[in-house]
Formats: sequence, C-alpha cells, structure tokens
Amino acid sequence: MIRAVIVMNTQGKPRLLKFYEFQPPEKQHELTRSVFAVLSGRPDNVSNFVEADAIFGPGTRLVYKHLATLYFVFVFDSCENELAMLDLIQVLVETLDRCFKNVCELDIVFNFNKMHTILDEIIFGGQVLETSSERVLKAVEEISRLEKSSSSVSFVPKSVSGRFGR
Amino acid sequence: MAAASASSSSPSLIDTLFQRSLDDLIRVLRSSSSAALEAAAIARALDEIRREIRSPDLDTKVVALQKLTYLASLHHFDMSWAAFHALELLPSTSLPQPRAAYLAASLSFHPSSTDLLPLATHQLRKHLAPSPSNSPAVAAPALHLLALASSPDLARHLAPDLLPILSNQSSNPLRPKAVATALRVLAVCPDTAPVLFKPLVECLSLSSDPRAVSAAIGAFCELALAAPDPSPYLPLAPEFYRLLVDSRNNWVTIKVLKIFARLAPLEPRVAARIVDPVCQLLRRFTAKSLVFECIRTVFSSLLDHDAAVRLAVDKIKEFLASDDDPNLRYLGLQALNMLGPAHSWAVEDSREVVIQSLNDTDTNIRREALRLIMGMLCDSNVVDICNMLIKYAIKSDPEFANEILDEVLATCGRNVYELIVDFDWYVSLLGEMVRNPHFAKGDEIERQLVDVGLRVRDARPELIRVARNLLIDPALLGNPFLCKVLSAAAWVSGEYVEFSRNPLELVEALLQPRTNLLPPFVRAVYVQAVFKILAYSFISFIEQIQAGESLAIGNSLNQRGGKQEGSDLVAAKSSSDQNNAFEIGDGVATADKAILFDSIEKQETFKHESISCLLNLIETVVGPLSECGEVEVQERARNVLGLILIIRGTQFWNIEEGHELTRDNKITKMVELMESAFSEELGPVSTNAQKRVSVPEGLILNENLSELLDILGDDDINPCASVSFSLRNHHSTETNQDSATAIEPNSLLAEHRKRHGLYYLPMDKDKSESNDYPCANEPLLPVSHGEDTEDIVKLPAQSLIPEKAKPTKPRPVVIRLDEGDGVSSSNLSTAKESKDDMLSGAIRDVLLRNEKKPSSTHKTSSDRTSQRRENDGSENSELISQQKESNSFGDREHGKSSSRKSRHHHKERIESSGQNRDNEEKSHRHSAKSSHHHRRHKHRQRGDAPLDIVPQSPVIQDFLL
Repeated sequence: MIRAVIVMNTQGKPRLLKFYEFQPPEKQHELTRSVFAVLSGRPDNVSNFVEADAIFGPGTRLVYKHLATLYFVFVFDSCENELAMLDLIQVLVETLDRCFKNVCELDIVFNFNKMHTILDEIIFGGQVLETSSERVLKAVEEISRLEKSSSSVSFVPKSVSGRFGR
Repeated sequence: MAAASASSSSPSLIDTLFQRSLDDLIRVLRSSSSAALEAAAIARALDEIRREIRSPDLDTKVVALQKLTYLASLHHFDMSWAAFHALELLPSTSLPQPRAAYLAASLSFHPSSTDLLPLATHQLRKHLAPSPSNSPAVAAPALHLLALASSPDLARHLAPDLLPILSNQSSNPLRPKAVATALRVLAVCPDTAPVLFKPLVECLSLSSDPRAVSAAIGAFCELALAAPDPSPYLPLAPEFYRLLVDSRNNWVTIKVLKIFARLAPLEPRVAARIVDPVCQLLRRFTAKSLVFECIRTVFSSLLDHDAAVRLAVDKIKEFLASDDDPNLRYLGLQALNMLGPAHSWAVEDSREVVIQSLNDTDTNIRREALRLIMGMLCDSNVVDICNMLIKYAIKSDPEFANEILDEVLATCGRNVYELIVDFDWYVSLLGEMVRNPHFAKGDEIERQLVDVGLRVRDARPELIRVARNLLIDPALLGNPFLCKVLSAAAWVSGEYVEFSRNPLELVEALLQPRTNLLPPFVRAVYVQAVFKILAYSFISFIEQIQAGESLAIGNSLNQRGGKQEGSDLVAAKSSSDQNNAFEIGDGVATADKAILFDSIEKQETFKHESISCLLNLIETVVGPLSECGEVEVQERARNVLGLILIIRGTQFWNIEEGHELTRDNKITKMVELMESAFSEELGPVSTNAQKRVSVPEGLILNENLSELLDILGDDDINPCASVSFSLRNHHSTETNQDSATAIEPNSLLAEHRKRHGLYYLPMDKDKSESNDYPCANEPLLPVSHGEDTEDIVKLPAQSLIPEKAKPTKPRPVVIRLDEGDGVSSSNLSTAKESKDDMLSGAIRDVLLRNEKKPSSTHKTSSDRTSQRRENDGSENSELISQQKESNSFGDREHGKSSSRKSRHHHKERIESSGQNRDNEEKSHRHSAKSSHHHRRHKHRQRGDAPLDIVPQSPVIQDFLL
C-alpha cells in the first residue's frame, strides 16, 4: 500500500500531507523533516528512489519527483511497483495541471481542500483506485458542482447568509 | 474585534460577519516574514478558531474547522480537542459541511488519539446507506474515515453496511472505494472476514466494473503479502490466473504478479503454470513497470525455469544499458541482487556494467553495485576484491567509504570468517581500513581485532604487528572514531606480547604523551596492557638468566610449562643468533632512542639496563595516573606501580650483576605467580555459554533481591556509567586475572582441542615462520590514487570469477564454538504476525465456511451474519454434506504428508476450504459440470489414496490443468 503522500517545496515547507497510517502531529513533523533532509541532499539527475526503512519502518521506500519548486513524494511498501509509483506521481501532477491550468506552488497553497479532493480520488486508504487524470478531473468537477449548488448563496459570505437565514 | 469579543462569552454577530476565511489565514501566514511573526499569527488564529468553533452557526463553525484542519495538517498542531466539533458538522445537509468535517476527521482521528468516533456510528451508517439522497460526494469521505480511523469495534459494527456497496454490480463509483475500505476494516478487525470476504472475491469476477476488479486485486495483493502464511489464498489461484491472462490493465497485471510471486513457492504447479504467461508478458510488453515486475517475479519465484531466468536477465541488461535513466539502472542492479549465488553467471555477464556502476554519481546505484560485488566474493577472490575496494574507499565520499568498509567487514566476518584463508592478509587489511580518512567503523574493527586474536592462533604474530603500527602512530590518538580500535590494539599488544619483536617499544607507544587524549575506558586498557607487557618482560628476563645459569651448571631446570616461547628460545639459541636478531630489528620502523636500540636484541636477551629503563619509564608516566579521577584507570595504574614496587623490593634487583642470587626464593615465587596469572589463554565465549551453566541448587533466580537494597542502601555504591561501560567492553582483560570466569572458555577450548587435536597446530610454533610471507600491509598513505578509478574499471576480469587457485598455505584453525556462535538470531514483529495470523485464520474460516463448528472468531459477528447465511441456506445444506467428505479426505491425506507438520491443525481446513471454493465456483457458474466434477473427486479419494502430494494439489489441478 501507499503509506504517505507528501508534497513539499524546496525549502522543506509541507504543502500537502496525507498519511495513510495514523501519525500524531509531532511524528508527522519529524517525518516530513527527515524526508526533506534526505531529498535536499540528493542532486538532480539521479534515481528517484530512496530506501526509507530508517524513516517509515522496514520495507518502505519513497519515490519522489522534483518539479519546479516542489517535491512530490510517495511512500510505499513492497505491495507496490516502483516504476508504477513513479507513473502515479505523473498522474497526480498531470491532474493538478489540468485542474489548475498550469499549476504552480501558489495553486497548491491556496487550494488545500481541493488538493485533498483530488488526491482522494486517486488514492483511497492507501490503495490506488484511479490512474486516469481525465476521470479524476471529472469526479472532482462533479463534487465541486454539487458543493456549489448545495450552498445556494455564493456571493454573500456564507457566514452572513447563515446568520440571516435563521 | 478581539477586544469586543473578549468581553462577551458568546460569539457576536460582528465576529461572524468578519470571520476570516481559510484563504485569509493562508495570506496572513504567507505575509509574515519571520518564524516568530508566523508563530504569533498562528497563535492568534488558533485563539480565533477556539472561539469560532463553538459558534452555534454551522457556517462559522465549518470555516473555523477548515482553518484548524489546515493548521493541524501543515503546521502540525494537535486538533484532537476539536474532534467533537467535527462530529457536530457531520449531519448537516449542506454538502460542504460534512465534507469538511470528514476531511478533518480522516486527517486527525485515530483510536489512539480520540475515542469520539463511536458517537458518529449512526451518522456514518446513514451516509453509507444506499439511498438517492446520499450522493457519493458524502459517502466517499465517510468510507475514507472508516478506512483510516476506525477502531476494531466500529469496524465490526459497520462492516455489514459496506455490503450493499460492495455487491453492487453496476459501475457504482463507490464500489472500488468500498473495496479499499473493506481491506482496512479486515486489517483492523479480522473478525469481519466472514462478512466481507465473499463480496471481495466476487469483485474479481469478469462482470465487475474494471475499477472494482483493480481495487479488489489490490486488496488481495495486500492481504496475501501481509499474511505470514499465504496458503489460504491458494484456492483463489484460478481467478488470479484468469486475470493474469486476460487483463489489459497493467496495474492489475502487476498486482497479480505480486500475488503469484508469493503463492508460487507454496505450490510448484502454480509456478509451472504461470511461467508461460510471464514470459509472454516479458516479450510482448514495453511498459517498464510491468517488465520489471515480471523480472522480479521470475527472480523471486521462478528460478527453476531456466528459459524464464535467461529472458529476465536479458531484460535486465536492457535496463542496465539505459544510460539516460538512472532509475532503470538502479532497479536493474537491485533485481540482480535478488539472484542468489546459484545464478552468479548473471552478474558475471554484466560484470563491466556492475563495476562501472561503483563509480556512478548516484548513491543508490553505487550501493547496489557494491552489494552485488560483495555477493560475488568467494575465498579465491576475496583478497583481490577487498584490496581494490579498500583502496577505492579512500577516495570516495565519506558516506560511501564507510558503506564500503561496512560491507567488507560484514562479508569477511560472516559466519566466523568463512571466506578468509589468509588471516595475515585480513588482519593487515583491518589495519589498513583504519587509515581511511573517513573511517567511522571503530566498533566493528575493535570487535574483529579481538575476535581474530581469540579464534585464530596463527594470526597473532601479524595481529600484534598491526596493533603495534596503530599504537605507535601519535596522529591516530586524537581521532575519536579510532579510540575503540586503539583500545583493541592495546589489548592485543598486552595479551599476545610474546609474539612481539619488541615489547619495550610497545610500552613506549602505550605510554606516549598523547595518550591523555584518550577517553578513560581506553586508557584503562592501555595501562592494563602495560602491566601485562611488564610482567612478560620481567619473566623473560629472569628465565633467561636462569637458563644461562642452568646451562652453566649443566642442570636443565628451565623446562617449565606456560611461557615456553621465551625460555625455549633463550635456551636453544642463547646469543649465537645475534645477527638474526638484528635483521628482525631492521624490519621494525627506526627508532631513535637508545633504549630502543638496546631492546632490539631483546628477543634473545633482555638487558638489565633495558628492564630498569622500562621500570623508570613506567613509573614516570603511570605514577600520576594513580591519582586519576577515573577509578578504572586509577586501579590499574596502582596495580602496575605495585608490581614495580615488588620487583624493586627483591634482593635480586639491588645487586648489579646478580647472577649468583637468582635462586632467591622470592623471585622464583613471584615469577611463578605472575606466570600463572597471565598464562591462561583467553578463548572466545559462546553466546550460549550462560545458558549451559546449570543453576546451582538452592539458588532461586527470580527471588526478590530487595533486601540487598537495605544492606547496600547507599547510592554512591552504584557504579557510574563509565565504569560499567569499560567493564563490559573489556571484560576479557579482567577475566585474565579472575580464573573463575576464565575456566569456562578454557575448558571449552581444551575440549575442542581434545576432539579435533588433529587440526591444531603445535603450541610452540616457531616465530620466524611468520616472516615467510610477504608483508601484505604497506602502510597506506592518503596520497592521491588518481589511477584508482581506472583501476576499478579495469579490474581484472578474473577477479570476479571464482577461479580455483591453489591456496599457498592451509587455512589456519578458526575456533568455532557451536552453531549459534556469532549469529544473533532475532525474531521480530511477533505482535504484527499474530494479528496477521488471526486474519488468515479468519479467511480460512470463510473459505471453509464450516457452519457446524463455528470457530471463536465468528462469535462476535455471528448475530449479524446469521441473516445472510439463512439466505444462502439452500446452497449451504448441499455444501455441508460435501464438506464432511472433504474433511475426511483431508484427514487421510495430511496424515501422509510429512513435510507439513507445523500447521497440522490448519491443513485440514485449508484442504477442505479449497474444495469448498471449488464446489462453490462450480455451483455458481458451471452447475452442469459440477456433478461430474464431484464424482471425479470421489474417484480420486478411493483410487489415489496413497498419493504423496501436498494437500492443496487436487484443487489447483482441477482449475489450472
């Protein structure tokens, strides 16, 4: 299974963290830092795999991709194929790119909820469920359409409308 | 705003009107330039959130929760205190609110941190229920929460609610998600297997939505790989095989391959069956991930099939040749590493690439190449390769240099040095490693230096030469990584001083001024070594005089046991071999002090002056240490000084040319005493030695020793950390004097000698023999090895090939105590395994579906499942009757299978479970065939009863063949 998905920038600031095995907040902090320490020490044009036994426990590895100012990191165990995980990062990035039209770090910073929605369509409870960015996009759009229609007044701040509605 | 709200306890309208959204919060955090400002901004935001989240207005609450989720997830703040507020938002009908609540909950909830989730059981059930009002947009996060955060109890309660989604045949987008959830629920609570397992199996069928199939195969891959014994999944092999052949989805194929890699070792016919499809995939497909998985499957489970292995190795070569993709090269090397020594030809084929990879910029690739090379080591090439690697380590980066040292030490030391024939070479290699500028493996070298000394008698002369070279170099003393090595060297120099060419030089090295840089526990070893050398020198001196006398008198008094070496030599050669002595002396590094020149001849004659010089030197340097704050050092220093005092006190010493008085009883007694103290040889101690000591009668080991506390009472008596440390590390030094503890290893040694005396070399081996071999160790200076890289690339082709060169000399005796010696067995993860065991046990039960004797795991969920079972009743009644048969069949057969003793009680169930699945499948789909099938089965029961095949085989055979 996939143990964690981490998106962080090249300064080590996390932008998206998802752990599929529960980690308390302090532990998450520690893990993110150790992952960053490992990644920042690796030059470009080397292989994208790191054995992560010391960080995430025996048998785990991580695969990462360094794109612009971001690292995309997947942590996984022996149930996943290394190269398939690398492809999956590509799927995630492609989906983000189509969703945000030329995605950049800022999009990821300001779309915390949407990032999780997208990720949950691709990986669910550590299992890969969807690998077509088109279908992911469709599902995500459907959800945001439903969310919009559900909260009827969208131009007045929600809190105000809620207050006056009662 | 803050002031306004502070005055009132309930949130005001102003608050909600001007509530900051998540985007506002992110903007504030981004604009704060320093960490301190950011921390202040976060603290302020948290205050706001605490207030807002209590608001009765759900919109205010949800925004606050979103902000809190953001801070908790990306800034690592604890949000378990807000768990209840998240639950409050779940029932809301406005879609964003429950979604935000689910997100918050799935990121932060866990049975270990919050116990509130059971409060939401009803709400979760409502969201999971298949009704038109429930959109997947809220059911999906509900499933996710269940997958990530459920406790065993909650999982048990909600498992039946997954069934409608799991069994939904239409292409419901929720079905794959329910499959993934079911997997986690099974992992948390194996009791749910009876409920969930069958629908999961159904998801594999052809008619299912491809995404559900993909999710289900992922789930089975997870289950089969996690199970300590995957045999319960063997009955599903036909399903997996169909997917392997038919599936067009690479993800599915990869997972199927992983499952087969796990199942194939259990059942040879599975392996035989999948070889062809796997080869097909290898030939046809270009997707690297799939090809790599095929290679891995072949290497892990299909090694018996040569054609497949060759095909896979060819593919690996393609991987290794891809210059532009380090990932493929890395994975290629890694796959090669999976091959055992039986297939070393594969590594041999790609030798050049492997060796070249040692020079790659990528640390991953270098590490794999190193592992491959170490895997190729055998006793004929170990010298060449290790020499090459150690040279190469000098110029590689610190991290990799130490990895090389690590690998070399581990490989050479494996199984009590089984690879090493020439121990002189190995010992000097150890010395050479220490010279590496990045050296940081002190602990292991320390252990091996001492260990080789204890185990290999023949290596001792070389060992003491290496120890001397290390001790004498003042530059090494300041390096904190080396102090452990120096401690071992000092111990060796004291223990095996009789092999030294120049004991006095050793004493000088041990007492040089820079030794004050050493940590106390090493200094203690140093002082103890001085003690031993002094004792040895003095004994030799006395014996030499006595021998001279006895020669003169014609009375051969000098046949004494113990230290024959010194006395025999003295007696036999007397001073006729002066020239020889000088030659030996030339080999030793030049020393400029008069005393050292004197002592060059020591091997033959200890001069009175050199001994008295020695005494003076020791007194001057060790004297101050008797006031040392460290008790270990202090105690040993006092021992040394005490000995000197006794020597000086003898009458003999005070007479210049005291030849006449050597019969002095006191001297003889003292020499005897010292000899007996140090002549006991230390041997390796078996790791099991303690276990063999029987507990004396009347001693109750687990008796409470609390009374001792009253007696000892005083805290000061507890030894400080450093003392106990040194005691533990150098216990062997102590045992020397403590004959009680030395008995154990020595008796073992003696026993071993008695049994294998043939292989022991004679005790009094001539020292000069060690000089017959070329000196392997040219102390390596950290000069530039510009040509090393090329050297490595041009590493002689034959060096990896295990050529059968004739050993120039026989391998010396290496003492091995027993099988467990040197092997640290560790059994880990028992807790996890027990859980997995529970799960596979549960799955066995499901496949068996033994209604008559429900096992304990069924009980908790039986009330829930009974309903289901009634629906299946008609089918079951038929099954039960067949089960009886299959059980008896299984019984008969497993009585015959001798190889499966360990899991007897399960076997029977697997056997019949297999048959059940078998029957089930048939009755589902091929009802026409089924009756025929059963008849065939019964036939075999009668006819083929004396089959000696493994119990599962009939099942697999029927499906695969």
